Amino acid sequence: MKQLDMMAQFEQSGERRILSVSQIVYRIKSRLETGFRDVWVRGEVSNLRIPPSGHLYFTLKDSEAQIPAVCFRMRRRYLKFLPEDGMELLARGSISVYAPRGQVQLMVSHLEPLGRGALQVAFEQLKERLSKEGLFDPAHKLKLPLFPAKVGVVTSPSGAAVRDILRVLQERNDRVGILIYPATVQGPTAPPQIADGIRELARRGDVDAIIIARGGGSSEDLWAFNDEALARTIFESRVPVISAVGHETDFTIADFVADVRAATPSAAAETVSAAREELAQRTAHLEKRALQGMSLILHRKQERLRTLTSSRGFVDAETRLKFFLQRLDELHGRFQKALPAFLAPIGTRLEQSTLALGHRMDLHLKELKHRLGKTAGRLQAYSPLAVLERGYAIITTGTGQVVREAAQVSDRELVQVRTGRGSFRARREDDGEI
Amino acid sequence: MKYREFEGALSRLEKIVVDLEEGDLSLEEALKLFEEGVQVSRYCARVLKEAERKVEILTRNEAGDLETGPFQLSGRKEE
Repeated sequence: MKQLDMMAQFEQSGERRILSVSQIVYRIKSRLETGFRDVWVRGEVSNLRIPPSGHLYFTLKDSEAQIPAVCFRMRRRYLKFLPEDGMELLARGSISVYAPRGQVQLMVSHLEPLGRGALQVAFEQLKERLSKEGLFDPAHKLKLPLFPAKVGVVTSPSGAAVRDILRVLQERNDRVGILIYPATVQGPTAPPQIADGIRELARRGDVDAIIIARGGGSSEDLWAFNDEALARTIFESRVPVISAVGHETDFTIADFVADVRAATPSAAAETVSAAREELAQRTAHLEKRALQGMSLILHRKQERLRTLTSSRGFVDAETRLKFFLQRLDELHGRFQKALPAFLAPIGTRLEQSTLALGHRMDLHLKELKHRLGKTAGRLQAYSPLAVLERGYAIITTGTGQVVREAAQVSDRELVQVRTGRGSFRARREDDGEI
Repeated sequence: MKYREFEGALSRLEKIVVDLEEGDLSLEEALKLFEEGVQVSRYCARVLKEAERKVEILTRNEAGDLETGPFQLSGRKEE
């Protein structure tokens, strides 16, 4: 009504009231700014821009209209997430007019995503950003040591997590050493404390793996593990980090960046002790293979010895056999000695099979010795020494060959004569006669 | 005991087993290897069993330095 009155007035007086652009814009500005001081506007984000100033510019629109919006840097700090094009938002703020452009705009003081919660959006945004940066890349993940002797645990010393971890290790009778770094695991002080814990435990040099743990809770309770600085500390740690936060269905940024994600603190303890169990099995298996390999070698040597003893006519057979028997005795003794020591650390099943193996080898060796003894006795009868005892002599050439015919020795050549007791050298003297 | 030493021992044991299994050794060599293998595997088993099971906690002393001390679970469950 007022405006109509005004126009009527102009027409009546025939007087034209001329305003400068500034005047009209400022008049509009003052009216709008007092009329729309605190409004909530729902709309979709488009054309989002963040210039170096750090202010946030975007357009808020629905199917029929749109309004430019700005969120200044000071305000932006309080946002838990960053708006994205296409996101449905609830914006709180005031209307202002930007005089240089004559533009109406919404000055945003608070933003909430519609549909998903602000925390959820922030989580997804941080996850995507760190993922693009390569913080979750499997190539950067450290391998857990085969056998962690000491494991650092960053957690609340009075919480459920440490209790679960210690209980599991106790149940499994695992002997891993535990060093706890006490930290708050909830609230704004938690992320820097947990990060300090990781750095401190990694710096010490005696910790082989670090578990960061927290028992179950709401996603807000677990929020500390979605901190960006904490994620970077985990990424930079030179000691492998196992994240064990909440329940199996909970995923935090720490889970993605950690070298190993355990579903729960108990699962983290299992991961640490499973390695040891697996290693004990692997060691036992290697021992078994060593024994089998050794057994096979003994078997092959035995075969060769058998072939050897059945072939005839090798020089000094008896001496060699005696020597061999002696060596066999000695080796057998050493093997027997090694066996109990070998069996001591192994489980019953393996013990039985190795015992059986050992027993079989024992039998083999005994039989072998027996046969060797018999062969040696037979050889004794054929021994050249026994023949020499009866007054014969063996003549050998300088190269050690037994002289079987005169042509083997030339005139004036030295030969060796071996009698039953002692030997001497002799020379062939032909003197033209034969 | 650092796990790296353990890993070294384990890979030595693996090498010994492979050598024994290939079987191209004299009896003396084989037995020597076997004996070494037994020793190494005993060492591994001992290390696995005898790691010191201690539960400790880091606390700040008056000077603000971190100290390790024994850890006892408190009676009640919190969090």
